[in-house]
Amino acid sequence: MSSTKTPAESSSPVNIQVAELTELKDLNISACYQCEKCTNGCPLTFAMDIMPHQVIHNLQLGLVEDVVNSDTIWVCASCETCTTRCPNEIDIAHVMDKLRQLSIRRGVKSAHKQAPVFHNTFLSSVRRFGRMHELTMAVEYSLRSEGVKGLRRQMGLGLEMMRRGKMKIIPGRWRAGKEVDDIFRTIKRT
Amino acid sequence: MKVSYYPGCSLEGTAREYDESLKAVARSLDLELAELPDWTCCGSSSAHVTSDQLAISLAARNLILADKAGLDLLVPCAACFQRLKAAEKALKSGVKPEGVKEKYTGNFKIIHPADFIWEQFGEKVIAGRVKKSLEKLNPVCYYGCLITRPPRITDSTNPEDPQSMDEIMKALGASVKNWSFKTDCCGGNLVLTHTELARKLIKKLFDMALEAGADSIVVGCPMCHSNLDTRQKEVLQDNGQAYHIPIYYFSEMMGLAFGEMAVEKWLNKHLTEAKSLLKQNNLL
Repeated sequence: MSSTKTPAESSSPVNIQVAELTELKDLNISACYQCEKCTNGCPLTFAMDIMPHQVIHNLQLGLVEDVVNSDTIWVCASCETCTTRCPNEIDIAHVMDKLRQLSIRRGVKSAHKQAPVFHNTFLSSVRRFGRMHELTMAVEYSLRSEGVKGLRRQMGLGLEMMRRGKMKIIPGRWRAGKEVDDIFRTIKRT
Repeated sequence: MKVSYYPGCSLEGTAREYDESLKAVARSLDLELAELPDWTCCGSSSAHVTSDQLAISLAARNLILADKAGLDLLVPCAACFQRLKAAEKALKSGVKPEGVKEKYTGNFKIIHPADFIWEQFGEKVIAGRVKKSLEKLNPVCYYGCLITRPPRITDSTNPEDPQSMDEIMKALGASVKNWSFKTDCCGGNLVLTHTELARKLIKKLFDMALEAGADSIVVGCPMCHSNLDTRQKEVLQDNGQAYHIPIYYFSEMMGLAFGEMAVEKWLNKHLTEAKSLLKQNNLL
Protein backbone atom coordinates (compact mmCIF):
# COMPACT_ATOMS: atom_id res chain seq x y z
CA MET A 1 0.00 0.00 0.00
CA SER A 2 1.35 3.37 -0.93
CA SER A 3 1.61 6.01 1.75
CA THR A 4 0.82 8.84 -0.65
CA LYS A 5 -2.96 8.32 -0.82
CA THR A 6 -5.26 11.20 -0.19
CA PRO A 7 -7.77 10.73 2.68
CA ALA A 8 -10.63 10.32 0.20
CA GLU A 9 -8.84 7.52 -1.58
CA SER A 10 -7.91 5.61 1.54
CA SER A 11 -11.33 5.63 3.15
CA SER A 12 -12.66 2.60 1.27
CA PRO A 13 -11.99 0.52 -1.85
CA VAL A 14 -15.26 1.80 -3.35
CA ASN A 15 -13.97 5.36 -3.17
CA ILE A 16 -10.77 4.40 -4.92
CA GLN A 17 -12.77 3.08 -7.82
CA VAL A 18 -15.02 6.11 -8.04
CA ALA A 19 -12.11 8.56 -7.93
CA GLU A 20 -10.27 6.59 -10.59
CA LEU A 21 -13.25 6.21 -12.87
CA THR A 22 -13.80 9.97 -12.63
CA GLU A 23 -10.28 10.54 -13.88
CA LEU A 24 -10.82 8.12 -16.74
CA LYS A 25 -14.23 9.40 -17.78
CA ASP A 26 -13.12 11.87 -20.47
CA LEU A 27 -11.07 9.37 -22.41
CA ASN A 28 -13.79 8.29 -24.86
CA ILE A 29 -13.42 4.67 -23.75
CA SER A 30 -17.01 3.78 -24.62
CA ALA A 31 -16.35 4.43 -28.33
CA CYS A 32 -14.27 1.25 -28.63
CA TYR A 33 -15.86 -1.59 -30.65
CA GLN A 34 -12.94 -3.98 -30.23
CA CYS A 35 -11.52 -3.93 -33.76
CA GLU A 36 -8.11 -4.75 -32.24
CA LYS A 37 -6.20 -2.40 -34.54
CA CYS A 38 -4.34 -1.10 -31.49
CA THR A 39 -3.17 -4.55 -30.50
CA ASN A 40 -2.25 -5.59 -34.03
CA GLY A 41 -0.06 -2.54 -34.56
CA CYS A 42 1.55 -2.51 -31.11
CA PRO A 43 5.29 -3.37 -31.25
CA LEU A 44 5.39 -4.56 -27.63
CA THR A 45 2.51 -7.02 -27.29
CA PHE A 46 5.09 -9.82 -26.94
CA ALA A 47 5.83 -8.50 -23.44
CA MET A 48 2.30 -7.54 -22.40
CA ASP A 49 -0.01 -9.51 -20.10
CA ILE A 50 -3.19 -7.67 -21.16
CA MET A 51 -3.43 -6.68 -24.83
CA PRO A 52 -4.16 -2.98 -25.55
CA HIS A 53 -7.72 -3.69 -26.81
CA GLN A 54 -8.35 -5.71 -23.63
CA VAL A 55 -7.15 -2.77 -21.53
CA ILE A 56 -9.87 -0.66 -23.12
CA HIS A 57 -12.45 -3.44 -22.70
CA ASN A 58 -11.58 -3.84 -19.02
CA LEU A 59 -12.04 -0.12 -18.53
CA GLN A 60 -15.44 -0.27 -20.25
CA LEU A 61 -16.39 -2.89 -17.67
CA GLY A 62 -14.97 -0.85 -14.79
CA LEU A 63 -12.19 -3.36 -14.09
CA VAL A 64 -9.66 -0.66 -13.30
CA GLU A 65 -7.78 -2.78 -10.77
CA ASP A 66 -6.58 -5.33 -13.33
CA VAL A 67 -5.21 -2.81 -15.77
CA VAL A 68 -3.57 -0.58 -13.16
CA ASN A 69 -1.68 -3.64 -11.91
CA SER A 70 -0.79 -4.92 -15.38
CA ASP A 71 2.66 -5.22 -16.93
CA THR A 72 1.18 -3.66 -20.05
CA ILE A 73 1.08 -0.08 -18.82
CA TRP A 74 4.82 -0.13 -18.03
CA VAL A 75 5.84 -2.06 -21.12
CA CYS A 76 4.07 0.47 -23.38
CA ALA A 77 6.72 2.67 -25.03
CA SER A 78 4.34 5.57 -25.82
CA CYS A 79 5.04 5.08 -29.53
CA GLU A 80 1.51 6.34 -30.31
CA THR A 81 0.85 3.79 -33.07
CA CYS A 82 -2.41 2.74 -31.37
CA THR A 83 -3.58 6.34 -30.99
CA THR A 84 -2.73 7.06 -34.63
CA ARG A 85 -4.65 4.07 -35.97
CA CYS A 86 -7.72 3.92 -33.71
CA PRO A 87 -10.78 4.37 -35.96
CA ASN A 88 -12.74 5.78 -33.02
CA GLU A 89 -10.13 8.38 -32.08
CA ILE A 90 -9.49 6.95 -28.65
CA ASP A 91 -6.13 8.29 -27.46
CA ILE A 92 -4.97 4.91 -26.21
CA ALA A 93 -1.43 6.09 -25.48
CA HIS A 94 -2.92 8.76 -23.24
CA VAL A 95 -5.11 6.14 -21.54
CA MET A 96 -1.84 4.34 -20.73
CA ASP A 97 -0.50 7.61 -19.25
CA LYS A 98 -3.58 8.00 -17.03
CA LEU A 99 -3.23 4.39 -15.85
CA ARG A 100 0.46 4.92 -15.10
CA GLN A 101 -0.40 8.03 -13.13
CA LEU A 102 -2.91 6.02 -11.07
CA SER A 103 -0.39 3.23 -10.64
CA ILE A 104 2.30 5.65 -9.42
CA ARG A 105 -0.08 7.03 -6.78
CA ARG A 106 -0.99 3.53 -5.58
CA GLY A 107 2.51 2.10 -5.62
CA VAL A 108 3.92 0.35 -8.69
CA LYS A 109 4.44 -3.41 -8.50
CA SER A 110 7.99 -4.54 -7.98
CA ALA A 111 8.64 -5.86 -11.50
CA HIS A 112 8.37 -2.32 -12.87
CA LYS A 113 9.34 -0.16 -9.94
CA GLN A 114 12.42 1.09 -11.79
CA ALA A 115 10.11 2.99 -14.19
CA PRO A 116 8.70 5.49 -11.65
CA VAL A 117 12.22 5.78 -10.18
CA PHE A 118 13.47 6.79 -13.63
CA HIS A 119 10.70 9.34 -14.21
CA ASN A 120 11.17 10.75 -10.73
CA THR A 121 14.93 11.07 -11.19
CA PHE A 122 14.46 12.69 -14.60
CA LEU A 123 12.00 15.26 -13.27
CA SER A 124 14.17 16.00 -10.21
CA SER A 125 16.98 16.87 -12.59
CA VAL A 126 14.68 19.18 -14.56
CA ARG A 127 13.44 20.80 -11.37
CA ARG A 128 16.97 21.29 -10.03
CA PHE A 129 18.62 22.64 -13.16
CA GLY A 130 15.79 23.77 -15.45
CA ARG A 131 17.17 21.37 -18.05
CA MET A 132 17.75 17.64 -17.71
CA HIS A 133 21.43 16.94 -17.07
CA GLU A 134 22.12 13.54 -18.61
CA LEU A 135 25.23 12.58 -16.67
CA THR A 136 23.99 13.23 -13.13
CA MET A 137 20.54 11.90 -14.04
CA ALA A 138 21.98 8.60 -15.32
CA VAL A 139 24.25 8.17 -12.29
CA GLU A 140 21.46 8.97 -9.85
CA TYR A 141 19.01 6.67 -11.63
CA SER A 142 21.47 3.76 -11.67
CA LEU A 143 22.15 4.17 -7.96
CA ARG A 144 18.50 4.58 -7.02
CA SER A 145 17.25 1.65 -9.09
CA GLU A 146 20.00 -0.92 -8.59
CA GLY A 147 22.59 0.56 -6.24
CA VAL A 148 26.30 0.19 -6.90
CA LYS A 149 25.65 -2.82 -9.14
CA GLY A 150 23.53 -0.67 -11.45
CA LEU A 151 26.13 2.04 -11.57
CA ARG A 152 28.85 -0.46 -12.42
CA ARG A 153 26.72 -1.90 -15.24
CA GLN A 154 26.09 1.49 -16.87
CA MET A 155 29.59 2.81 -16.26
CA GLY A 156 31.24 1.34 -19.39
CA LEU A 157 28.80 3.04 -21.72
CA GLY A 158 28.89 6.28 -19.72
CA LEU A 159 32.69 6.49 -19.80
CA GLU A 160 32.77 5.75 -23.53
CA MET A 161 30.30 8.58 -24.11
CA MET A 162 32.36 10.94 -21.97
CA ARG A 163 35.52 10.02 -23.86
CA ARG A 164 33.75 10.97 -27.09
CA GLY A 165 32.56 14.29 -25.72
CA LYS A 166 28.93 13.19 -25.67
CA MET A 167 28.40 14.08 -22.02
CA LYS A 168 28.08 17.54 -20.63
CA ILE A 169 30.06 17.18 -17.43
CA ILE A 170 28.95 20.20 -15.39
CA PRO A 171 25.25 20.98 -15.31
CA GLY A 172 24.45 24.61 -16.12
CA ARG A 173 22.22 26.73 -13.96
CA TRP A 174 19.74 28.93 -15.73
CA ARG A 175 17.88 31.94 -14.46
CA ALA A 176 14.79 30.11 -15.65
CA GLY A 177 15.42 27.36 -13.12
CA LYS A 178 13.30 29.25 -10.64
CA GLU A 179 10.42 29.52 -13.11
CA VAL A 180 10.55 25.74 -13.63
CA ASP A 181 10.56 25.20 -9.89
CA ASP A 182 7.46 27.44 -9.70
CA ILE A 183 5.67 25.18 -12.18
CA PHE A 184 6.47 22.10 -10.09
CA ARG A 185 5.44 23.86 -6.87
CA THR A 186 2.12 25.13 -8.26
CA ILE A 187 1.20 21.70 -9.63
CA LYS A 188 2.09 19.92 -6.40
CA ARG A 189 -0.23 22.31 -4.55
CA THR A 190 -3.17 21.66 -6.84
CA MET B 1 15.64 33.51 -43.39
CA LYS B 2 15.44 33.35 -39.62
CA VAL B 3 13.71 30.88 -37.30
CA SER B 4 13.62 30.23 -33.55
CA TYR B 5 15.56 27.19 -32.37
CA TYR B 6 14.80 24.93 -29.41
CA PRO B 7 17.65 22.39 -29.20
CA GLY B 8 16.43 20.46 -26.14
CA CYS B 9 18.54 18.81 -23.45
CA SER B 10 20.00 15.93 -25.51
CA LEU B 11 21.53 18.28 -28.07
CA GLU B 12 23.72 19.73 -25.32
CA GLY B 13 25.11 16.28 -24.52
CA THR B 14 24.59 12.89 -26.17
CA ALA B 15 23.40 14.47 -29.42
CA ARG B 16 25.90 17.31 -29.66
CA GLU B 17 26.87 16.25 -33.18
CA TYR B 18 23.23 16.70 -34.25
CA ASP B 19 23.27 20.27 -32.92
CA GLU B 20 26.63 21.07 -34.53
CA SER B 21 25.80 19.54 -37.90
CA LEU B 22 22.39 21.17 -38.04
CA LYS B 23 23.93 24.58 -37.32
CA ALA B 24 26.53 24.04 -40.05
CA VAL B 25 23.88 23.03 -42.57
CA ALA B 26 21.71 26.00 -41.62
CA ARG B 27 24.68 28.31 -42.25
CA SER B 28 25.17 26.94 -45.75
CA LEU B 29 21.46 27.41 -46.44
CA ASP B 30 21.52 30.99 -45.10
CA LEU B 31 19.10 29.98 -42.41
CA GLU B 32 19.61 31.78 -39.11
CA LEU B 33 18.82 29.68 -36.02
CA ALA B 34 17.95 31.99 -33.12
CA GLU B 35 18.13 29.84 -30.00
CA LEU B 36 15.30 30.61 -27.57
CA PRO B 37 16.85 32.54 -24.67
CA ASP B 38 16.81 30.57 -21.42
CA TRP B 39 14.82 27.63 -22.76
CA THR B 40 14.08 24.81 -20.33
CA CYS B 41 13.26 21.09 -20.59
CA CYS B 42 10.02 20.18 -22.42
CA GLY B 43 9.23 17.59 -19.71
CA SER B 44 9.68 14.66 -22.10
CA SER B 45 8.00 11.30 -21.36
CA SER B 46 8.63 11.57 -17.66
CA ALA B 47 6.26 14.52 -17.38
CA HIS B 48 3.37 13.01 -19.35
CA VAL B 49 3.66 9.73 -17.48
CA THR B 50 3.49 11.63 -14.19
CA SER B 51 0.96 14.44 -14.71
CA ASP B 52 -0.92 15.92 -17.67
CA GLN B 53 -0.66 19.40 -16.16
CA LEU B 54 3.09 19.13 -15.64
CA ALA B 55 3.59 17.97 -19.24
CA ILE B 56 1.64 20.92 -20.63
CA SER B 57 3.10 23.54 -18.29
CA LEU B 58 6.79 22.62 -18.74
CA ALA B 59 6.35 22.75 -22.50
CA ALA B 60 4.17 25.88 -22.36
CA ARG B 61 6.94 27.92 -20.75
CA ASN B 62 9.02 27.41 -23.88
CA LEU B 63 6.14 28.11 -26.24
CA ILE B 64 5.69 31.48 -24.56
CA LEU B 65 9.37 32.25 -25.21
CA ALA B 66 8.85 31.38 -28.86
CA ASP B 67 5.73 33.52 -28.92
CA LYS B 68 7.81 36.54 -27.90
CA ALA B 69 10.31 35.84 -30.66
CA GLY B 70 7.43 35.57 -33.15
CA LEU B 71 9.27 33.25 -35.55
CA ASP B 72 8.59 29.66 -36.57
CA LEU B 73 10.17 27.25 -34.11
CA LEU B 74 12.58 24.53 -35.22
CA VAL B 75 12.71 21.52 -32.88
CA PRO B 76 15.27 18.86 -33.86
CA CYS B 77 14.49 16.35 -31.08
CA ALA B 78 11.46 14.23 -31.95
CA ALA B 79 10.38 13.92 -28.31
CA CYS B 80 10.64 17.67 -27.65
CA PHE B 81 8.89 18.32 -30.97
CA GLN B 82 5.94 16.13 -30.05
CA ARG B 83 5.67 17.46 -26.48
CA LEU B 84 5.73 21.08 -27.68
CA LYS B 85 3.13 20.26 -30.35
CA ALA B 86 0.94 18.52 -27.75
CA ALA B 87 1.14 21.57 -25.49
CA GLU B 88 0.37 23.85 -28.44
CA LYS B 89 -2.83 21.90 -29.18
CA ALA B 90 -3.82 21.84 -25.51
CA LEU B 91 -3.26 25.58 -25.03
CA LYS B 92 -5.15 26.40 -28.22
CA SER B 93 -8.08 24.31 -27.00
CA GLY B 94 -8.22 26.47 -23.87
CA VAL B 95 -6.22 24.43 -21.31
CA LYS B 96 -4.48 26.77 -18.85
CA PRO B 97 -0.91 25.92 -17.87
CA GLU B 98 0.00 26.05 -14.16
CA GLY B 99 2.75 28.30 -12.82
CA VAL B 100 3.15 30.08 -16.17
CA LYS B 101 1.75 33.59 -16.04
CA GLU B 102 2.29 35.10 -19.45
CA LYS B 103 -0.22 34.99 -22.30
CA TYR B 104 0.18 32.65 -25.23
CA THR B 105 -1.03 33.50 -28.72
CA GLY B 106 0.67 30.77 -30.73
CA ASN B 107 1.22 32.69 -33.96
CA PHE B 108 4.07 30.52 -35.11
CA LYS B 109 4.62 27.03 -36.48
CA ILE B 110 6.48 24.27 -34.61
CA ILE B 111 8.45 22.22 -37.15
CA HIS B 112 10.97 19.40 -37.27
CA PRO B 113 14.06 20.55 -39.21
CA ALA B 114 13.90 17.73 -41.81
CA ASP B 115 10.37 18.77 -42.74
CA PHE B 116 11.30 22.45 -42.62
CA ILE B 117 14.40 22.10 -44.78
CA TRP B 118 12.59 19.98 -47.36
CA GLU B 119 9.55 22.27 -47.51
CA GLN B 120 11.49 25.53 -47.55
CA PHE B 121 14.44 24.69 -49.76
CA GLY B 122 13.39 21.64 -51.76
CA GLU B 123 15.35 19.56 -54.21
CA LYS B 124 16.78 22.35 -56.33
CA VAL B 125 18.45 24.33 -53.55
CA ILE B 126 19.66 21.24 -51.68
CA ALA B 127 21.04 19.53 -54.80
CA GLY B 128 22.59 22.87 -55.83
CA ARG B 129 24.68 22.94 -52.63
CA VAL B 130 26.05 19.41 -53.10
CA LYS B 131 29.83 19.25 -53.54
CA LYS B 132 30.16 15.50 -52.96
CA SER B 133 27.32 13.35 -54.23
CA LEU B 134 26.33 10.54 -51.86
CA GLU B 135 25.44 8.30 -54.81
CA LYS B 136 27.36 5.31 -53.50
CA LEU B 137 25.47 5.26 -50.20
CA ASN B 138 22.44 3.02 -49.70
CA PRO B 139 20.73 4.22 -46.53
CA VAL B 140 17.27 3.64 -45.16
CA CYS B 141 15.67 6.65 -43.49
CA TYR B 142 14.28 6.00 -40.05
CA TYR B 143 11.77 8.45 -38.56
CA GLY B 144 10.75 6.57 -35.41
CA CYS B 145 7.61 7.55 -33.52
CA LEU B 146 7.30 11.13 -32.50
CA ILE B 147 8.15 13.14 -35.61
CA THR B 148 4.84 11.98 -37.07
CA ARG B 149 2.63 10.48 -34.33
CA PRO B 150 -0.10 11.06 -33.51
CA PRO B 151 -0.93 13.15 -36.60
CA ARG B 152 -3.62 15.17 -34.86
CA ILE B 153 -0.82 16.46 -32.61
CA THR B 154 2.08 16.58 -35.09
CA ASP B 155 0.00 17.72 -38.12
CA SER B 156 1.84 15.09 -40.16
CA THR B 157 0.12 14.49 -43.48
CA ASN B 158 1.73 11.11 -44.05
CA PRO B 159 2.32 9.52 -40.63
CA GLU B 160 2.75 5.93 -41.88
CA ASP B 161 5.14 6.82 -44.70
CA PRO B 162 6.87 10.16 -44.10
CA GLN B 163 9.16 11.39 -46.87
CA SER B 164 11.19 14.47 -45.88
CA MET B 165 14.44 12.68 -44.96
CA ASP B 166 14.09 10.29 -47.93
CA GLU B 167 13.70 13.27 -50.25
CA ILE B 168 16.61 15.15 -48.70
CA MET B 169 18.87 12.10 -48.98
CA LYS B 170 17.84 11.59 -52.62
CA ALA B 171 18.61 15.24 -53.35
CA LEU B 172 22.09 14.59 -51.91
CA GLY B 173 22.43 11.79 -54.45
CA ALA B 174 22.01 8.78 -52.14
CA SER B 175 20.34 5.56 -53.32
CA VAL B 176 17.73 5.50 -50.58
CA LYS B 177 16.22 2.08 -49.92
CA ASN B 178 12.56 1.49 -49.32
CA TRP B 179 11.54 -0.38 -46.22
CA SER B 180 8.44 -0.89 -44.11
CA PHE B 181 9.94 0.00 -40.75
CA LYS B 182 10.62 3.72 -41.05
CA THR B 183 8.11 4.60 -38.33
CA ASP B 184 8.36 1.47 -36.15
CA CYS B 185 9.39 2.14 -32.56
CA CYS B 186 13.04 1.57 -31.50
CA GLY B 187 12.11 1.42 -27.80
CA GLY B 188 14.11 4.52 -26.93
CA ASN B 189 11.65 5.31 -24.19
CA LEU B 190 12.31 1.95 -22.50
CA VAL B 191 16.05 1.79 -22.86
CA LEU B 192 16.91 2.64 -19.26
CA THR B 193 13.98 0.94 -17.54
CA HIS B 194 13.34 -2.17 -19.71
CA THR B 195 16.59 -2.52 -21.65
CA GLU B 196 15.93 -6.10 -22.78
CA LEU B 197 12.68 -5.05 -24.50
CA ALA B 198 14.35 -2.12 -26.25
CA ARG B 199 17.05 -4.48 -27.53
CA LYS B 200 14.42 -6.67 -29.24
CA LEU B 201 12.96 -3.68 -31.07
CA ILE B 202 16.43 -2.47 -32.09
CA LYS B 203 17.35 -5.90 -33.44
CA LYS B 204 14.22 -6.02 -35.58
CA LEU B 205 15.09 -2.63 -37.12
CA PHE B 206 18.66 -3.73 -37.88
CA ASP B 207 17.48 -6.97 -39.48
CA MET B 208 14.91 -5.20 -41.60
CA ALA B 209 17.35 -2.47 -42.68
CA LEU B 210 19.86 -5.11 -43.79
CA GLU B 211 17.16 -7.08 -45.57
CA ALA B 212 16.26 -3.93 -47.49
CA GLY B 213 19.89 -3.78 -48.67
CA ALA B 214 20.85 -0.75 -46.58
CA ASP B 215 24.42 0.04 -45.55
CA SER B 216 23.43 2.70 -43.02
CA ILE B 217 20.46 4.22 -41.20
CA VAL B 218 19.66 7.94 -41.35
CA VAL B 219 17.76 9.43 -38.40
CA GLY B 220 16.33 12.73 -37.16
CA CYS B 221 15.89 12.02 -33.45
CA PRO B 222 18.53 11.99 -30.69
CA MET B 223 16.79 9.15 -28.83
CA CYS B 224 16.64 6.95 -31.92
CA HIS B 225 20.27 7.78 -32.67
CA SER B 226 21.50 7.01 -29.19
CA ASN B 227 19.50 3.81 -29.02
CA LEU B 228 20.61 2.48 -32.40
CA ASP B 229 24.20 3.77 -32.23
CA THR B 230 25.23 2.78 -28.70
CA ARG B 231 23.69 -0.70 -28.37
CA GLN B 232 25.03 -2.55 -31.43
CA LYS B 233 27.53 -4.57 -29.39
CA GLU B 234 24.80 -5.69 -27.01
CA VAL B 235 22.44 -6.70 -29.80
CA LEU B 236 23.73 -9.78 -31.54
CA GLN B 237 22.86 -11.21 -34.91
CA ASP B 238 21.57 -14.78 -35.03
CA ASN B 239 25.11 -15.96 -35.71
CA GLY B 240 26.34 -14.32 -32.51
CA GLN B 241 27.99 -11.42 -34.33
CA ALA B 242 27.40 -7.83 -33.29
CA TYR B 243 25.91 -5.60 -35.96
CA HIS B 244 27.90 -2.86 -37.61
CA ILE B 245 25.51 -0.35 -39.16
CA PRO B 246 26.55 3.31 -39.06
CA ILE B 247 23.74 5.55 -37.82
CA TYR B 248 23.83 9.08 -39.26
CA TYR B 249 21.83 12.19 -38.51
CA PHE B 250 20.33 13.54 -41.74
CA SER B 251 22.10 16.82 -40.93
CA GLU B 252 25.49 15.06 -40.81
CA MET B 253 24.79 13.64 -44.28
CA MET B 254 23.83 17.09 -45.56
CA GLY B 255 27.01 18.52 -44.07
CA LEU B 256 29.05 15.75 -45.70
CA ALA B 257 27.51 16.37 -49.11
CA PHE B 258 27.88 20.15 -48.74
CA GLY B 259 31.60 19.68 -48.05
CA GLU B 260 31.61 20.84 -44.42
CA MET B 261 35.02 20.51 -42.75
CA ALA B 262 33.73 19.33 -39.36
CA VAL B 263 32.15 16.05 -40.53
CA GLU B 264 34.86 13.85 -39.01
CA LYS B 265 34.54 15.63 -35.70
CA TRP B 266 30.82 14.84 -35.62
CA LEU B 267 31.31 11.22 -36.64
CA ASN B 268 34.05 10.69 -34.02
CA LYS B 269 31.32 11.08 -31.41
CA HIS B 270 29.45 8.01 -32.65
CA LEU B 271 29.93 4.79 -30.71
CA THR B 272 29.36 2.64 -33.79
CA GLU B 273 32.24 3.36 -36.13
CA ALA B 274 30.79 5.59 -38.85
CA LYS B 275 33.72 6.69 -41.03
CA SER B 276 34.90 3.54 -42.85
CA LEU B 277 31.80 3.30 -45.05
CA LEU B 278 32.35 6.90 -46.15
CA LYS B 279 36.08 6.38 -46.69
CA GLN B 280 35.45 3.29 -48.84
CA ASN B 281 33.27 5.47 -51.02
CA ASN B 282 35.77 8.34 -51.18
CA LEU B 283 33.50 10.65 -49.25
CA LEU B 284 35.98 11.31 -46.44
